[in-house]
Amino acid sequence: MSDIREQNKTEVIVVGGGPAGIACAVTIARAGHEVILIERGRFAGSKNVFGGAIYTQPTREIFPEFEKTAPLERKNIEHKYAILGKDDSTIISYRKKHEDPVSYSVIRGKFDRWMAEEAKKEGVILVEETVVRELIVENETVIGVKTELENYYANIVILADGVNSLLAKQIGLRETIEPKDVAISVKEVLKLDKEKINDRFNIADDEGCIYELFGGPMLGKLGLGFIYTNKDTITIGLGITLDEFGEDDSRPPYELLDNLKSHPSIAPLIKDSELLEYSAHLIPEGGYKKIPTLCGAGVMIVGDAAMLVNNLHWEGTNLAMISGKIAGETAVVALSKGDFSENSLIRYQNELEKTFIIKDLKTYKDLMDVMHAQKTSYLDYYLRKINSFFEMFTSVNSKPKRELYWNFIKNYFKEKNPKEILKDFGYAVKLLWGILIK
Amino acid sequence: MTIENKLSTIKYSPDTESHLRPDNEKCKSCKSKICQKVCPAGVYEWLEEEQRLLVKYENCLECGACRIACESKSLGWEYPKGTKGVLFKNG
Ligand SMILES: Cc1cc2nc3c(=O)[nH]c(=O)nc-3n(C[C@H](O)[C@H](O)[C@H](O)COP(=O)(O)OP(=O)(O)OC[C@H]3O[C@@H](n4cnc5c(N)ncnc54)[C@H](O)[C@@H]3O)c2cc1C
Ligand code: SF4
Ligand code: SF4
Repeated sequence: MSDIREQNKTEVIVVGGGPAGIACAVTIARAGHEVILIERGRFAGSKNVFGGAIYTQPTREIFPEFEKTAPLERKNIEHKYAILGKDDSTIISYRKKHEDPVSYSVIRGKFDRWMAEEAKKEGVILVEETVVRELIVENETVIGVKTELENYYANIVILADGVNSLLAKQIGLRETIEPKDVAISVKEVLKLDKEKINDRFNIADDEGCIYELFGGPMLGKLGLGFIYTNKDTITIGLGITLDEFGEDDSRPPYELLDNLKSHPSIAPLIKDSELLEYSAHLIPEGGYKKIPTLCGAGVMIVGDAAMLVNNLHWEGTNLAMISGKIAGETAVVALSKGDFSENSLIRYQNELEKTFIIKDLKTYKDLMDVMHAQKTSYLDYYLRKINSFFEMFTSVNSKPKRELYWNFIKNYFKEKNPKEILKDFGYAVKLLWGILIK
Repeated sequence: MTIENKLSTIKYSPDTESHLRPDNEKCKSCKSKICQKVCPAGVYEWLEEEQRLLVKYENCLECGACRIACESKSLGWEYPKGTKGVLFKNG
């Protein structure tokens, strides 16, 4: 037994070859330590699905020169927020060609794979097609992992195994995930001529456009849709909180996506495209209140596994990379001291609290609770109201405008009783207070 | 487009045994059968005649939604073996 332990022993094991695990492993390897990165997919990225865009600044913190060789699709120059009614829409759009793009659209099957290969070049030992089934715990300390074939031992094990993190659950670092704390997301990558993409989205060859979609088939539900442009494909998808499927008449996620695709404001964008690949993945939505215990003796937990996602801003890969990096730095400090106790690894949590990661999640700590409580109002009534305002505002029907305005206002007070209005404003103030003050 | 058409765009290496193990006794008394509604791959189908949950595990996208949504938290769920399951090229 002890022989095998010695043979199969390394300094650090990182479970999961997504952005969190790769950032973590490469940080450790760069400091000259031995680190094994275990990924269950055939290659890193082959099990991973996102919108999506990766963010330039945080990615540079891990791979300073990534723009030279990474498989990037397009530089995003435009961000649209579309409120979809049943058959109409209101769209706000912000466009700017930054010298330095804020984000790039990427395909995870290519991008994660590239990151993992880069990490390998810097000394990370990458083990693919291997599932970690269990953590090995001795004297309440994590000392290794059980895979299908072998046991591996290490001074520190870092869990970067994504949203389901069965491993964090196994050692009691987190509670059972509730349906309201995750969203199921389905997406389609659609093949379309580059010229058509450029025309329809009003962009040049290397430029990209992002849509965030509210309402439509998600009216009254906690859900968001998205569109991203890739080189010669378009990504369209949506995410809906799991507790939205309880009704007798609720439809499966792929039907909601079909409805979204046929919305009159969306259908022309994807017309004549061909489905290249369908996929699905969970998104952590628990936010600040659901962050698990971030470390224990011999173990740290990073990225989605730690619920580190800012869902309102579609930020996840950046939180994953930066949390991975800080855990990696903490592992390096612990290795130099030879101390792998919880007291030593708590540095990770302390450092994380100083960053935008915990601060942002704290800022939005009430968001999901408020949205759950107020969804029929904020995610249905007011979305429709915005569209009906513009319908009124753009109408030309030989009626005096003042009359139209007063009718609109009167209708509001007819449709909502004073108690409801008070509640709507009360929650909005609560949310704003939480975001801006405390 | 049917879910079968969508799934036909995905590359899989199916295993010969299921990584999804519902507890059929629990399923019999399960009111919501919510696994059927949340699954993005139409893996589950309740067969009323046979009083049995049909599991087309080879279509699974390994998202974990059914595990979290399962009414009685009784659904045995693990990742397929490292060499098996779904392979996304464009995730
Ligand atoms: C639909 C959707 C859209 C999104 N859009 C965006 C976006 O536009 N921008 C953005 O920044 N973020 C986005 N996100 C969030 C982002 O994808 C995640 O936050 C990010 O991928 C988290 O990285 P991670 O490394 O923690 O986890 P993952 O990327 O999930 O990586 C976990 C890895 O661990 C492996 N693994 C799991 N269990 C085991 C095991 N037991 N043994 C071995 N390997 C294992 C998995 O195969 C996987 O490779 C989106 C997410 C979704 C679902
Ligand atoms: S939700 Fe759970 S208990 Fe109900 S049918 Fe599905 S697997 Fe069975
Ligand atoms: S893991 Fe996801 S795809 Fe697989 S059966 Fe469960 S819900 Fe369906």
